[in-house]
Parts: sequence; structure tokens; C-alpha cells
Amino acid sequence: MPKRTDIKKILIIGSGPIIISQACEFDYSGTQACKALRQDGYKVVLLNSNPATIMTDPDFADATYIEPITVEVLEKIIIKEKPDACLPTLGGQTALNIAFSAAKKGIFEKYNVELIGANAESIAKAEDRQLFKDAMLAAGIDLPRSKVVYSLEEAQECVKEIGLPCVIRPAFTLGGTGGGVAFNEEEFINIISLGLKQSLIEEVLIEESVLGWKEYELEVMRDKNDNVVIVCSIENFDPMGVHTGDSITVAPQQTLTDKEYQKMRTQAIKAIRTIGVDTGGSNIQFGINPEDGRMVIIEMNPRVSRSSALASKATGFPIAKIAAKLAVGYTLDEIPNDITKETPASFEPTIDYCVVKIPRWAFEKFPEADPTLTTSMKSVGEVMAIGRTFKEALQKGLRGLESGKNGLESVIDSKRYRVQPQEVEAQIRAHLINPNAERIFYIAEALRFGFSVDEIHSLTSIDKWFLINIKEIIDFEIYLRSHRGLDAKTLSRAKELGFSDKQIAGILNIDEYKTYSFRQRHEIYPVYKLVDTCAAEFKAYTPYYYSTYEQEDETWISPGEKVVILGGGPNRIGQGIEFDYCCVHASFALREEGVESLMVNCNPETVSTDYDTSSKLYFEPVTLEDVLNITRKENPKGVILQFGGQTPLNLALGLDKAGIPILGTKASSIDASEDRDKFKKLLNKIGLKQAPSGIANSFYEAKKIAKEIGFPVMVRPSYVLGGRAMEIVYDEEVLERFVREAILASPNQPILIDKFLEDAIEIDVDLIGDGQTYVIAGILEHIEEAGIHSGDSAMCMPPFSLPDRMIERIRQATYDLARELKIVGLMNIQYAVKYDEPYVLEVNPRASRTIPFVSKAIGVPLAKLATKVMLGKTLEELGFTKEVELPYTCVKESVFPFNRFSGVDIMLGPEMKSTGEVMGIAEDFANAYLKSQIAASQSLPKEGAVFISVKNSDKRSMIFIAKKLKELNFEILATQGTAKALRNNGIEARSLPRISEGRPNILDYIKDKKVHLIINTPSGRIPRQDEIKIRSEAVRFGISCITTISGAQTSVSAIEVLRKDIITVKSIQEYHRELKKIN
Amino acid sequence: MKKACILLEDGFYQEGLSLGADSETIGEVVFNTSMSGYQEILTDASYKGQIVCMTYPLIGNYGVNPQDVESSRVRVDGFIIKERSRIVSSWRAEKSLEEYLKQNNIVGIDSVDTRAITKRIRAKGSMKGLISAVDFDTGSLKEKLERFPSIVGRDLVKEVVCRESYLWEEATQEEEPKEKPTGTVAVIDCGIKFSILRNLKNYFEKIIVLPAEASLDKILELNPQGILFSNGPGDPEPVSYAIELGRKVIERLRNKELKAAVMGICLGHQILGLALGGKTYKLKFGHHGGNHPVKDLKTGKIDITSQNHNFCLDIQTLPRDLEVTHINLYDKTPEGMCHKNLPLFSVQFHPEAGPGPFDARYIFGNFKKMADSLS
Repeated sequence: MPKRTDIKKILIIGSGPIIISQACEFDYSGTQACKALRQDGYKVVLLNSNPATIMTDPDFADATYIEPITVEVLEKIIIKEKPDACLPTLGGQTALNIAFSAAKKGIFEKYNVELIGANAESIAKAEDRQLFKDAMLAAGIDLPRSKVVYSLEEAQECVKEIGLPCVIRPAFTLGGTGGGVAFNEEEFINIISLGLKQSLIEEVLIEESVLGWKEYELEVMRDKNDNVVIVCSIENFDPMGVHTGDSITVAPQQTLTDKEYQKMRTQAIKAIRTIGVDTGGSNIQFGINPEDGRMVIIEMNPRVSRSSALASKATGFPIAKIAAKLAVGYTLDEIPNDITKETPASFEPTIDYCVVKIPRWAFEKFPEADPTLTTSMKSVGEVMAIGRTFKEALQKGLRGLESGKNGLESVIDSKRYRVQPQEVEAQIRAHLINPNAERIFYIAEALRFGFSVDEIHSLTSIDKWFLINIKEIIDFEIYLRSHRGLDAKTLSRAKELGFSDKQIAGILNIDEYKTYSFRQRHEIYPVYKLVDTCAAEFKAYTPYYYSTYEQEDETWISPGEKVVILGGGPNRIGQGIEFDYCCVHASFALREEGVESLMVNCNPETVSTDYDTSSKLYFEPVTLEDVLNITRKENPKGVILQFGGQTPLNLALGLDKAGIPILGTKASSIDASEDRDKFKKLLNKIGLKQAPSGIANSFYEAKKIAKEIGFPVMVRPSYVLGGRAMEIVYDEEVLERFVREAILASPNQPILIDKFLEDAIEIDVDLIGDGQTYVIAGILEHIEEAGIHSGDSAMCMPPFSLPDRMIERIRQATYDLARELKIVGLMNIQYAVKYDEPYVLEVNPRASRTIPFVSKAIGVPLAKLATKVMLGKTLEELGFTKEVELPYTCVKESVFPFNRFSGVDIMLGPEMKSTGEVMGIAEDFANAYLKSQIAASQSLPKEGAVFISVKNSDKRSMIFIAKKLKELNFEILATQGTAKALRNNGIEARSLPRISEGRPNILDYIKDKKVHLIINTPSGRIPRQDEIKIRSEAVRFGISCITTISGAQTSVSAIEVLRKDIITVKSIQEYHRELKKIN
Repeated sequence: MKKACILLEDGFYQEGLSLGADSETIGEVVFNTSMSGYQEILTDASYKGQIVCMTYPLIGNYGVNPQDVESSRVRVDGFIIKERSRIVSSWRAEKSLEEYLKQNNIVGIDSVDTRAITKRIRAKGSMKGLISAVDFDTGSLKEKLERFPSIVGRDLVKEVVCRESYLWEEATQEEEPKEKPTGTVAVIDCGIKFSILRNLKNYFEKIIVLPAEASLDKILELNPQGILFSNGPGDPEPVSYAIELGRKVIERLRNKELKAAVMGICLGHQILGLALGGKTYKLKFGHHGGNHPVKDLKTGKIDITSQNHNFCLDIQTLPRDLEVTHINLYDKTPEGMCHKNLPLFSVQFHPEAGPGPFDARYIFGNFKKMADSLS
């Protein structure tokens, strides 16, 4: 049966900003769906608030709405676009939840829109704990014993039967927010209370603990004729108890016999039929008791998920694309397998390699957060590695993580083994028992220390098959250490086990280059093998490669011109989807120019690692060794490293040294802008101002500099992204601590100490150049003052408060710098404006985080143009020579993961903490800002009570804001000091006691939801405990909390708009048509 | 660990490590794409005469247990893998793969590029191969390989078939019969897989296995409700006694002298095809794996099936009273047929799984239904 012809226009809902548990995998799936449906002749309407996605590029849909993902907006778009169907299964939990809410409100029925992929009934059955349990039991599928409760009292009654420890899972939340394992009564009450609050329907499941059981996932697809296939099986390295997003996972499953696997497979098929997912993909999780094999189903996602992105990359089977096709009526046998061409998609991929996924966390950004891994996901990104053995894949994955380890390296200085054996043992034991980000390294450490596999197994419950494999790696490391010098056979074996050159060099205490040149001399190079869905049973046409050390190489090297694009590796705070967006554009541009594009990346969530994005995909860690192996094989015209963020940039010098041409801005220019000493000289030369600063290599030097320029100062290491270890420091004691941290974060790199410009306005400028012509792409004014990391600030384009002459001065300064650095490609500069003077904060000769946002705002694909410029085209030839004037306003707002880390202060600073961004576009600033706030789930109230507590220096500016709020009929609550200041200015305010001094205080108001907005600026360098409590409680209870005066001012304007209820929706294509009229 | 080497007919030579008996073996090399189920594969008598190369690289992870066997011993003539597991991880495991191969005196090799071997077989077709842990002289190895006879035209069934008939008692572990099993089924053993018998046990009360050389009278004595021609190794054409038996059974059906449903699986399917006047031919590299899509032409439904065969019925040669019921969606080869007038049908794939998906197990239910409809 071919595709449906009764539907013509399909609305796809995206997943919004990148947050923990919803990252770029949904851009990957959404992009595939958009492409597939348009190829089949459907009109596609898209709703997604995230501008950093490929799917929101104007070419990927007929009408793209970069608007907040809410039911109201959805309805407005439906009224305007009149789609026939809505596909909600490709935008993660966000899309599913919105579709479910809209369905409950009868919106789809009202406008005659059909939900395709999954209907409201099956969504409810899969997501609602009780309905799910009933359905599974009816189908004869075993589950952990459990009960659904709606109150704390009910919960306490229930736990008497089920017993502790038990697992608590709130219904309808993202990535298990608010869930957890309770070992004692106190924990139990805490988790239940929080879970009830975070569940959209105040429903929580209490479940028999299956802690320590083996955990599996199956990716299942079903078509409308009830044909079902399992795309991939995944086994979790970390047993039950750790969220699968926080687990190291392996594909395919490794330790089940065929009988057990087939039983699981059969149950998964039963489950998808029972839940009634008519078409598309689902992810189903199982637990197995390792003692007796009892198998229970854990949960099911009736949609494309993070694991399906992983499964797609692991097998070559494009789940999202096929899901979209199934949703419009195709059957699996009607869809060809892209990779083999001759065989259909109605089969189960079989693989002949081992895939390992390792999560990446960001605990260094949230030092107060509990780093224990539980059933609530905490990681921000992941890396995938492919090898012919688990050992090889694991080590490739670990070096691809870029966490400072080149493989399974030590985390404890071996000298301590002798000096403090007991402490070391205790440290290892603790890290084995409590799942944590470094557990994999501690397992290795335990083996080095002499723990047996059995001991480690009893402490971790990790399957012994995994442990013995790790032991083989460590045994070889020990052998290598005792083996004096290198020989070809030993080195070959090391490479087969996945050891990197750097790691081997570390073990042998030699230089990395020595390992490399030894390898060269003995011609020990990797071969590349294909990912082909079928274990070589059929010929593959898709060039998707991974490296391994074996006999036969399968690469086909074309004689044409080729360019390598280096991707950004795993998502992390500071380096995420924005950079992948740029890499994908680079690939598109190369294709347009007839140049072969070779993508190197190891992040399975991305569009860049889709096998049809580039001419060839090398799914490899982005390290110097791995990249040089590829360039040796391919001999490309050059490498593009401007787009992948800091990861590829860190390889610039190494690649240059190896004689690999770097396209675009020269390596020396990159160094001149990254090395702060050199950069200072450059600024002096062209007469640009910078805050007084100095360079230190030790605490002693730092102290001296700080004394000269005076506190407060900002300390930052060079060569880091996302402001890692950057801090504003007010005194010497704190300075010492931070200098130490900075040296740790970036060893052997000097530390820059700047005078901190308090209360300055910060500006971001993006520019494109071809070495001759330079064009400013966008000037963005930050809404928060300087001192807050640019990745965390809300920004507005065009600037909303800067006078024209200041904008002109910044423009000139930018052009001067671009000329001096001979920018070929993209550049980003940050300025701070203080006392009517622009100061240069930093210059990055590469694509910045704002490129996708600016590209969407001005309707110009900047990364694509930059790529073409790097290939030698001029901007003149490309037709982009003039800055674009905007007839509307675009606001970029950041989204933070604070709700994942309870107790963490939400104060912003120079260290970046946001995971994602949204865009609000409207005719004026207030409207655009409001949209950005709604899109970022910062719910601004229309009425109610506002709590104000500000530091002394902010009190004056606060008066105007409070007055405005009063006019808008808000009740004002304040701390005593602030209340007094307000009253003195004729503004009525109710004063609340300090938290320690009486009740009801603000915490009671928060808990009772009697306060609707909080404005709290920090009182000084050390935030008072009270303030941290207020802010973190606000996050917990979902009350917006504003921590800067400028943010408060803007929010009040937005509230005014909100009260008028005049939000309108407009597609990006319509905005761009407006642009064409005036430019 | 001892060194071993592998040599293929096309000259491919690689050294690896000996796995199992430190000796030498020759056979037809085939690759199997199942990611789990190595124990079932090793014990499947259909692999007689063949050396199996597993495309999945990590083998032996869950060891070997007493339950997951498809016959009483290891039947492959050699085993090629990328990496053996150094540990056994399963609550059911009793020994390691290595011990198992050693005890069964099977020669194997690991640490070789199994993907390279697979690609050669794909490109050039199944070919003879040799594994040795004793001889590393390529000249001498080559000579031995050349002397070894081809699988075509060899009767391998006689090497694996049971000597005497026996009664089978065990049913499948995974599911309970929906109705009380009734009636008798006679299984013509050409190298039967236990999984077929276990599945039959869910439907029939008495399962009697007879050697392929058994006489028709012996079968008729049992008064069977159903007769099943089993799977087995190699080329069906030389298995003349089984084809002859098939002819006799069909003749009795035609003459209404026999009231029984007849079913064939894999080699059994080919034997029935030959008995009905069709011809078989050898596929380039066969079907060996657990992921082949098979479409039921009547319902349009697709089953993911377990497959293990090198020979195939030629659709063109089938008489008109036969209908093709299933096709393989990979290469459009026939996967099942039924007789338009007689209670007879057969499938090329393995509905019993072992290893592989359970999708097609309902076929045994169909067989029982057909048998019941006759009485």
C-alpha cells in the first residue's frame, strides 16, 4: 500500500531548547522526518523554538515557526496553516506532552487535524504508569511489583508492602526528573514529595527495587500492517538504578543467550502491539535478574528517543526517517534500505562490530550538585565509539569524551598506592559502590590496585563480562609498563586493544610523537570498515566508516577534491548543537561546490553524524591521532576546524605541524587570538582598549597582578570553552583557589587576569570575512550586564539600548580586528561598554555559539558562506557584502539545567551553565523577549505577588521596576531592607522576615505558591545562604527567579505585553520575505 | 594459546589463535549473521560439512549450557570467530565455548578478520576452507584443500541422521501449549533440530522421530496425523532415499490412502519439491542468519526468520499444482509452497527459530490445524 494521499500538509513539533535528556538527537530525528516527508511531496509545517537546529533552517520546511512550544501557539499555527495531520513522535517528550495536552483540550478534533504516529490513547497508555501496568499484565508481560500513588499518605501506606529500597518514578516528566531510589524513610519522603510536584498530573509510581539487575533496551518499529522489527538491542554496562542516559551502554546485547534475547524480543513486539503504537518507533526497556533470569519490562517510550538516535548510528538504520514514512502509510517492505539499496527496510540490522556509548557530565560546572548517578538523568552529552571489540570501542569512546583522558587512564597517582594504600583503597571502594561519572576509571583503578573481578562485581553489580574485558586492557597496560621499550608486535596488540598513542606514551613515559613515529616506521595503521546494517552480507553504498586495527581496509578513496570537517565531539555545556549546526552547513556548502566532504565526529546525537549529511562519514574520536590517520588515508585539500567549537581548534597547532592545510583563518592567527599575551600586543597595535590585565603562571604572579590592577578581577585560562574555571574574584583568598582550578582545567597554559568591569553592557559581534571583504553579520546586545558568560546571557538583535554612535564605534573596531587577523571565515568578538567606551573582552576566530541564531535572524546561511569563502570564493561572488538591517527584533534566551541539580545556586557568572537556547522573534523588543521567556519555560505571571530582595547598589534602579509592577496590580513582598527603601519612595510593600528569623517567610510563600515572581540580585561576592535557598527553592517549585536588574526591567515590559494577550505567530519564511523588501 | 591459520580456496590466508582442538579441518566455509545463538549453530546438523564463520565478532560471552542444543553434539566442521570471551557470563552457563569445542574435538580459530572472510564469500560464493593448528605450510595446505571434495552431490544426511526411531518428550521453554496436545506426528529425520521437535510437542501428543531411510510402512504403522520432513545438511539431490519416501507419501495422499498433513522444513522443503518433480540449485553463498524478511504472499505479512540453507528450489520447475506461498524479500527466492489439492506445505526458513526470532512459530499451529481438519 503506498503513501496516504488524503493528507497533504503535516505539522511536525520539535523538541525546543537543548536540556538534559533532550539534546540534538531530536534535531537529527526531526530533520530526517522533514526531509523524508517533503521528498514524498507533503507540505511540512514545523514548530520549534530552538534556532540552533538544522530542522529550523528555512529550507527544511514549507513554513517554520520559531515560536514557543505551547498549546496556545500550536493552536494559532493550526488556525493559520490548516494542516491535515500532526506528527508528534519525533520531538521528544516535549512534543509528545504538548500533543497530548492539545488532544485533551480537543484542539485537533476542533480543527480536524489527525494525530499520526501515535494517538492520544496510546500516548496515555505508555506514559501513564497504571494504564501501562494494566496493559502489560493483560498481555502476560511481567513487571516489577509496583503501585501508583497520588499523595504522600498513600505512598507511605504502599511502601510497607513493597519495601525499601524502592524506586520512585513520577509520571509525565522529562528524563525521569524528580525520580530516584529511596534507601531509607527520610529519602523516601523527600523523593515522593518532589516527584508529586514535578509530575504534570501529580502522579508517582512506587516500584520494587530491581537495583543491580541487568538492563536492556530494544528499539522497535511497527508499520500499519502490523509488521514489527527490532532495529537494535542495547545492553547497559551500568546495571539498573542508573538512568539509561547516564549509563555506559553497548550494542548489540552481549550477555544473553539467543533464547533469552528472543524471549525479550517477542515481549517487546507484544508490548508495542498492546500499547497500540500503530506506526513508527518505540523504545522499550527491560530488566533481568542475573541470578535466575526473571525478566521484567521497565518502561516504554512511544516515540523516537535518544536511544533510537544511538541505535540508528549504531546500525545504519535511519529510525526517524522510516518512522516518518510509516506515519504516512508506507509499510516497511515498501521502503528501501538506503545502505544496501536492493533490500527493504523490513529486516533487522545485524552488526559485526561493537558499539559503546559513554555519557558526558558537567558536574565541574555545578560543584554543589550531588554527583551520584541515579534514575534521574544528569549527563549533558554522549560519545559513541565503534570497534571490532568491546575493548577497542571502550577506549576509543573514552578518548573521544575529551575529559582529559586518552583512554582508560589512571585517576589516582600511583605513588599514592604505596604511601597511602588504605586511603586509596577506600577511595576506590567508595567510587565503585556509588555510581558516579568516573566509575569506569575507578574500575580500572581497582584492577590496578589488585581488586579481583569478583570483588568489583559484588561492589558494582556490573556484569563480569564487561569487567573481564576491562581487566584485559589493564593487564596489557601492566605488561606494557614492565616491558622495556617498544616493539612492533606489542604496539600492534596495544592498538588492537584501543590504546591511543598518547596513552601508550604516558604508560612508557615517552613523547606522543615517539609512539606515532614508531608506528609510522613499522606501518602500524588502522584500517577502516563499513557500517552497513547487514554484516557484509550485501554490498553497501553508503560510505560510513570506523577505524580498527585489523587486516582488510574497505575505504574507497576517490580522486576528486576533498575537505575534512572536524566536528565538536560530545555535547557539553559550552559546546553543543550550535557547532554541529555549523559543521552540517559546511558539509552542505562543500557539496554545492562539488567538493567531497569528509565528516569526522563521534557524537551520535547529531545531524553531522547522519550518514547522508556528508560525502563520507568517519565515526571517530576527534583527537589528533585519529584525525591524522584519516588525513593520511584521504590526503584532503584541507581541514575545516572553525566550526566544531574548541575541540577541533585545539588540534590546530598539531595539524599545522603535521603539514595538514587548515582552511580559512591561519593557525598563527588563531594562536594570536587565543594566546592572551599575543592578543594583548595585537590590540595595542591597533589601538583598541582592553580592561587592564596581566598574565600569570603561578599564584604568586597572579597576586602581584591583582594588586596592580585592583579587585575585582576576572581570572580565565586560555584555550578553554564555556568559561571553564573562569571566575570574578574579589579578594586574595578566593584568587588563590581559582588560580589553582584554572591551572587544573588547562595545564601548561597561562592564566589571564583582567580587571572586571562591573555593570558594563556586553556586546557580541559576529563577522564573516574572505581576507579582503569583511561583513558584520550581527551585533547582539546582552540583556544581562557583563560578567555573565555570553552563553548564558539573553541577547537582543539589533541592540535595544546602545546609542548609534557606540554601535558605529564597535563596528569600526570589529573591522579593524578582522583586517588585522586576516579573517577568512567567521569571527566573533565580545565587547564590554563602560563609561561610553568599548573594551574588547575576547576574540574568537571561529564560528561562535550565536551563528545559527544570527543566521536565522538575518536569513543568511553564514556557516555555508564561510565554508565557500574558505574554499576561495569571495563574498562579492557569493553576493553578501552588506550588513543586514532587521525590521523586527530577535531575542535569544538561555535555558538552564538547575532543576536537575537540587540545592544548586542558580546565580549566573562567568562560568557557562546553560545547556540550550531559544529564540523569540517579534515586531518589538518586549514581545520578542516575552516569547523567548515563554519558550524557555520562564513563566512570567500576569498577576499575583512579586518578591523583591536586592543588594544595596541595586535599590535605586529597583524603585522604577517596583512602581511599574504596582501599576500592573502586583502585590509586592520584600525583605525588610528592600521594603523600607520602596516605602520611602511611596511604594507599598509587605515586608517578610528573614528565613532564620520568623515564619511565614518567603520559603513558605514559595511552597504555598503564594508568590509568582522573584527578583533577587546577589548581595555580594559570597551569596548569603538565605539567597541560595530562596533561588533553589524557586527553581524546585517552578517560580521564575530573576537575578539581574536589567533582566527585571525587561521582564516587567514583557509582563505588560503578556497582560494584553497579543502574541501572534509568524513563520521564519515570512520574516525573511520582510527582510528582502528593505535590504 | 596455540597459533592457528586459515586458508580459503581463493588464496586468502591469515594466522590467528587456535580455538578448540589443536588439529586440522576442511569444509565449505559459510558465514552466519546471527549476533547470538552460537551454541544452537554449533549443534545444528544442517552445518555438517561446513565451517561456520560468525560475522558477529564477540563470541562465547554467555558460555554453553545444557539446554540450548539443537542435536546431541557439535555438528559444524569448523568454527571461525573474531574474539573469544575469557569469561562465561550467564546464570545457565556450565562451560566455556573453548572447553565445549575441545570436548567435541572441533577445530576453530579466532583473532582473524571475519569481515574480510565474509566479504570474500559474498563476492565469490561459498568456497572450501581449511583451518589448521598443526600445518602452516601454505603449499601443503593448498594441496589438501584442492583434494577435498565439493559439497555439491555429496549425501551428508547419512552422516547425521539417527540410527533408530525414538520418542521425543520435551516442549519449548518459552511458551505453554494453548490447547492440550493431541495426535501423533512422524518426523523424518534428515538431521533434525531439536527446536522443531520442541515446537511440535506444543501441538502433538506423540512425536516419533524416524531415520530418513525408514520405510513407508514403518511410518504408516504409527497412524500419524502429520508427517514432517526435517531440515538437514547439504545438497538435497543425493538424498535419494528421502526423496523416494516423499514420492511414496505424496502418492498415498493422492490416492487418498493416507490421511495426514505433510510439512517440510528447509532440506525437507527441498526434498518435497524434488519429490513433486521440481529442481534445486545452489545459491551463491546461501542464507545463514536470523534477520531475513519473509513475506507471506496471501496475507502480506512479513516475518523475520531464521535461515540456514545453501540450496534452493527453482520456482520455474515446480509443477502447476504447487503454489509459492512465501518469498524472501532480500533476493526474492521462494521461501514456502503449498499444494493446491493435497494437505502438504513446506517452508524454506526455520519457523522453529533456534537460533533466531520466534515470529514464524505459528506455522506449527497451521500444521496442526491442517492435520486436525483431515480427521
